[in-house]
Amino acid sequence: MSTSLKGENAPEIAAYNFAYLDEQTKRMIRRAILKGIAIPGYQVPFASREMPMPYGWGTGGVQVTAAIIGPEDVLKVIDQGADDTTNAVSIRNFFRKVADVETTTETARATIIQTRHRIPETPLREGQTLVYQVPIPEPLRFLEPRETETRKMHALEEYGLMHVKLYEDIARHGHIATTYAYPVKVEGRYVMDPSPTPKFDNPKMHMSPALQLFGAGREKRIYAIPPFTEVVSLDFEDHPFEIQKFDRPCALCGAEQVYLDEVLLDDRGGRMFVCSDTDHCETRRAAGHVGELGAKEAAQ
Amino acid sequence: MLSEQIIGGFSSPVFDAQSTFRALMDAFARPGSIHAIKAGTQPPPSLSAGAAAVALTLCDNDTPLWLDAALQGAVVSGWLGFHSGAAVAATPADAHFALVADTANLIALDNFAQGTQEYPDRSTTLVLQVASLTSGEPLVLEGPGTNGMASLAPTPLPRHFIEQWKQNNARFPRGVDLVLVAPEGVACLPRTTRIGIVRA
Ligand SMILES: [Zn+2]
Repeated sequence: MSTSLKGENAPEIAAYNFAYLDEQTKRMIRRAILKGIAIPGYQVPFASREMPMPYGWGTGGVQVTAAIIGPEDVLKVIDQGADDTTNAVSIRNFFRKVADVETTTETARATIIQTRHRIPETPLREGQTLVYQVPIPEPLRFLEPRETETRKMHALEEYGLMHVKLYEDIARHGHIATTYAYPVKVEGRYVMDPSPTPKFDNPKMHMSPALQLFGAGREKRIYAIPPFTEVVSLDFEDHPFEIQKFDRPCALCGAEQVYLDEVLLDDRGGRMFVCSDTDHCETRRAAGHVGELGAKEAAQ
Repeated sequence: MLSEQIIGGFSSPVFDAQSTFRALMDAFARPGSIHAIKAGTQPPPSLSAGAAAVALTLCDNDTPLWLDAALQGAVVSGWLGFHSGAAVAATPADAHFALVADTANLIALDNFAQGTQEYPDRSTTLVLQVASLTSGEPLVLEGPGTNGMASLAPTPLPRHFIEQWKQNNARFPRGVDLVLVAPEGVACLPRTTRIGIVRA
């Protein structure tokens, strides 16, 4: 069961069920997903299975995708914002092999999008499902290591410690320094960790037409945000939540108000900022949008 | 008796369960929306094909099942036991799922497992067979997944349903979730859905 997908000597995944998981495991995960949808933001325990890939590769998200996917689905997998990283390609190939499903890099065509880190820039639509690979599902874990205690805090809606932590940020840095996995409150009740997504993407979770499912393999938790659900980033009246701002557009496609990655151009410190969402960037360039760098190249 | 019990399950268990689950997942995600159940089953009398498909999709030997009086008896429990492995729950409070054929005469919702404040997921999911999802008194639905407002008109409903459902809402995050199965398909009322009546 612990075969690597990439290892040269890895035995073929011999006899497997459709979408790899056995039916009993799928039923268990499916029940957890329905509970998660019924209790938005609450972490449902589940009996996570070994998957033929290491934990760091998003086994929680892979199990959720395996439990929901069917022959009619079109799957997109992104890591950071890119479809072409090793992790994304491996997971995509895994599902092509074990579920024989169509895959795509186009956000608009996908019915299921599995992600680590990013929410696509192209607005999601009703009927799409976004599956997050989550490393640490418990937003209170760094404040309280004991599971029995964090459960109690969620049960009693005792989220004061979380506000204290954010306020300490303000005292130390003059602003809330948390930029990834920025905690949100779901439908006015549960405080939830939106996985390691940048806080830039938090507003996209609010009232999204898509269903959002979160799977944490090592920590054995599944949680969900139904479509059209209130998702509010925690903040203070005098320090309202703000997303990262980039002071320039994408160098390749000229997009503004998107999340940019810094890319080093040479070893003399040359660098550029480009869309982290590669599909968004490519789609824009194909439509004729040109950024600063593209314009320079065209002028030469 | 025995042959009644062993025929009529999913003809393609893997894909039938997947398509039925997606109908359920969509129905939970968007309360009020109705989703066809494409997988065919031939359950014994009293148990509808749709409710049987839901049971075969979600139930197994990890999920004790409560049957209402209309379904109690060797034939239905034998059929469900054979096809899903699910055992009959001793009391409604022990049930992970409840299958209900006589929805109008259902016992009070607070008899079923409500979950705990720490583990609100440890609650009963009730699968209610209804005659229709569109020809009853229209209900206005609000809450996650409804995009402002949705509607559903199931009939029949349990006694004092609106009042019982308000109490269920008040227990949040504890509470039960409902799966309504009719010939038109399946619709769901998760515990987050608030229900009002349309006043003429
Ligand atoms: Zn770009």
